[in-house]
Amino acid sequence: MTSLIDRLLGRKTPTSAELARERLKLVLVTDRSDLSPETLEQMQAEIIQVITRYIKIDQSKVHIKLEQRARENYLVADIPLVRDHSQSAAPPPPAPAGSAQLAEPEKPSGS
Amino acid sequence: MSARIVTITSGKGGVGKTTATANLAVSLASLGKKVICIDADIGLRNLDVVMGLENRIVYDLVDVIEGRCNLRQAMVKDRRIPDLYLLPAAQTRDKTAVSPDDMITLTDGLRPDYEYILIDSPAGIEWGFRNALAPADEVVVVTNPEVAAVRDADRIIGLIEADERRLPASLIINRVKPDMVRQGDMLSVDDVIDILSVRLLGVIPEDEYILIASNKGVPITLDHQNSPASTAFRNIARRLTGEQVPLINLDSRGGILRRLARIFGASKAAP
Ligand SMILES: Nc1ncnc2c1ncn2[C@@H]1O[C@H](COP(=O)(O)OP(=O)(O)OP(=O)(O)O)[C@@H](O)[C@H]1O
Ligand SMILES: [Mg+2]
Repeated sequence: MTSLIDRLLGRKTPTSAELARERLKLVLVTDRSDLSPETLEQMQAEIIQVITRYIKIDQSKVHIKLEQRARENYLVADIPLVRDHSQSAAPPPPAPAGSAQLAEPEKPSGS
Repeated sequence: MSARIVTITSGKGGVGKTTATANLAVSLASLGKKVICIDADIGLRNLDVVMGLENRIVYDLVDVIEGRCNLRQAMVKDRRIPDLYLLPAAQTRDKTAVSPDDMITLTDGLRPDYEYILIDSPAGIEWGFRNALAPADEVVVVTNPEVAAVRDADRIIGLIEADERRLPASLIINRVKPDMVRQGDMLSVDDVIDILSVRLLGVIPEDEYILIASNKGVPITLDHQNSPASTAFRNIARRLTGEQVPLINLDSRGGILRRLARIFGASKAAP
């Protein structure tokens, strides 16, 4: 429970009900999907591996999680691309390299 | 007449299924409906003592299924209120004495004579739960605002959703303490509904009269009709009949200071 002093100082310790809510959301992700947190982490690592073969991404900010919306499970991924237009950007090994703007998902800035 | 069969279940034990079954049965009967409640907790029968009918049992559900008596002989009529009956569970047998098909046959025999058949399910997701679910037209899941109970309720709702019959399910949140919710020390009704994404049938506050009533063997809706829990049960019964009844504000007991505190936003969302 957040004490009065904490509140006056604008500090926010989560209440026990907030902790309960967060813990429930986490445990239900696992319960509903049969996917353990470790498996999810491993999947995330593999997804990153595949994507970095094609595009430069900010690996430290990749966020892949299971989420529920009205009892349906979704795999939601936030994968920030590195804003980098120098030529050294992501040499794609498997695809035929070269030729203009191959599958560049970033919106061209400006215009 | 063709009865609507409502199974009351929970996942986690001890959350208030039997209490809810007894009081919803009483409340529906008070509304003039013809009601029978079935104790499907074979081997751990409870509904009879919560209703105070334990001394009048001659035969039980397993006796009917195994042909030692007919349905009518096993039913116990509640004398305090018209049109309320109990079909007790067997106390000395285990769950395997009954199959889902037995439950369907049994309730098929009752359907023409009643408007509501309430089935008090045992806790868990095993045999007994399957038996209680088999004849259901509708499922009411009972939970408490507590991590383990909500988690198990989610499991049950998942199983009901996976069932090909697509039974409608709704939730009763029992034992809510508005003061603790306000202090941030209990999951609110909104929290639970948000997490489970299921239709809310009603909210029952924690009420010490429930224990007192069970001591006496008189359901609270008969013993202490004006208590908050009794009002909540009556409202749920009316919702079961299809009536639109707004949720009672459990906070209304709060004094002026509490209300001011609420106005000035010092509290969390109230149920
Ligand atoms: N709203 C309430 N306020 C106070 N006490 C309650 C409330 N609801 C239930 N109880 C108490 O909680 C205990 C468990 O209730 P009950 O037997 O109805 O649960 P149950 O889900 O049927 O349990 P089981 O899983 O063992 O069948 C009882 O002692 C009952 O009196
Ligand atoms: Mg019970």
